[in-house]
Amino acid sequence: MWMFSTIVKNLFSRPATRRYPFKDIREPLSGYRGKINFDGTKCDLCGDCARICPADAIEVSLENRQIQYNPFKCIYCGTCVETCLPRAISQDKYYAKPAAVKEAETISVPA
Amino acid sequence: MATRTVIPFGPQHPVLPEPVHLKLELEDEKVVGVTPIIGYIHRGIEKAGELNTFRQNVHITDRICGICSFIHTQTYCQGVEALMNVEVPPRTRFLRVFWSELSRTHSHLLWLGLLCDALGFESMFMQIWRAREIIQDLSEMTTGHRVIQATSVVGGVRRDIDKEMAKEVDRRLVALKEMLDSTATPTLLHDPTVKRRAVGKGVLSKEQAEILGAVGPTSRGSGVPKDMRQTGYAAFKEVGFEPVVETAGDSYARTLVRAREVYQSIELMRKALSMMPEGEILVRVDGYPEGETVSRCEQPRGEVIYYIKGNGTNHLERLKIRTPTFANIPTYLVMLPGCEMADVPIITLSIDPCIACTER
Repeated sequence: MWMFSTIVKNLFSRPATRRYPFKDIREPLSGYRGKINFDGTKCDLCGDCARICPADAIEVSLENRQIQYNPFKCIYCGTCVETCLPRAISQDKYYAKPAAVKEAETISVPA
Repeated sequence: MATRTVIPFGPQHPVLPEPVHLKLELEDEKVVGVTPIIGYIHRGIEKAGELNTFRQNVHITDRICGICSFIHTQTYCQGVEALMNVEVPPRTRFLRVFWSELSRTHSHLLWLGLLCDALGFESMFMQIWRAREIIQDLSEMTTGHRVIQATSVVGGVRRDIDKEMAKEVDRRLVALKEMLDSTATPTLLHDPTVKRRAVGKGVLSKEQAEILGAVGPTSRGSGVPKDMRQTGYAAFKEVGFEPVVETAGDSYARTLVRAREVYQSIELMRKALSMMPEGEILVRVDGYPEGETVSRCEQPRGEVIYYIKGNGTNHLERLKIRTPTFANIPTYLVMLPGCEMADVPIITLSIDPCIACTER
């Protein structure tokens, strides 16, 4: 009896779910902790991000002037984004895409 | 006299996706004895807590439980802050109240949905989970993630809720309340089928609840007015708080406690946002934790205890976590014997077991 109005409403309303693979999901809300992007041109190779990363997903190599970032180890907490003083790390509001091979990304830092 | 049969209930189950194993002793259809067995998903988080630095631990305590993740980090951060004599800004305390109540609402709605599912009331399950989606969206809006909030850190919180967002949050909370008022609550309160499955099943008396050390809604459903929020941690003192208590002690009483707590949490969230003072949200924390402390908070399932021992280095010497389900599992020994086999799922579910939390 208490569900009657809901049942009638549900009969005539659109489904609450989205047909995901055929239709796009809704836009993530702003501030969503999604994919991490590195900007090699801004990086000063201080290594703060690698030290603070709780998942050990970032390695900074001073000799090779390279950042190794493993998105499959990353827990998307966004701590590195807050730590980076030159603001070389940013976070998208879109989630990172799955991949067939779990590979780390290499970002080179120009001298 | 009937012969005794031992039936293994779980670890793969019809009621919850989590592996708790109950060795049920039956005489015909009646349960006469039960042995709960846990230990299928130990993850070694306490050891990891000693190997990581104390700041990184915040993110591992976030992952102990997927439902009340914020309260775990909050308890950990409050403990470390107490060790390091850090006073967090007032705004932080109100934000922590907001997010901990958001976790609680999420957990209770999830559980009420699962209960309806266990009762075989699929349409109600869908309705409650649809309402829960509002909470998930609020979590995404305010913290950046639907499940793992990761907002509390040692020294404060990482995100702020500005006036505009607070207004939107308030609007959605009112919508959630209306949604629950229209269908879920009247059905749970008055529906005869729900009542027949839950009333009088798995009775836990007040004395037994106290002796067995039950916590949270399990003990409050038996008339024990005990809630960690009464101690006034974070900003619960300013916001004002009264525990929700039911006296019947059966599965239905525990359901009612949780249903009423959803409403209470919505009010607490709205109050916390409206009373929130302006100011800083994070203070700088220097040095390393030294000494030992016990930090306690109220989770959706009851009281969680963190024992933290620091030795003046970047790593902790010991991190011990006592989760509420661990305290609630002994109540099975009282609630299950004497019930029918068909009622076992409902009674098992009625303490809201979170095995992933328990085994850490």
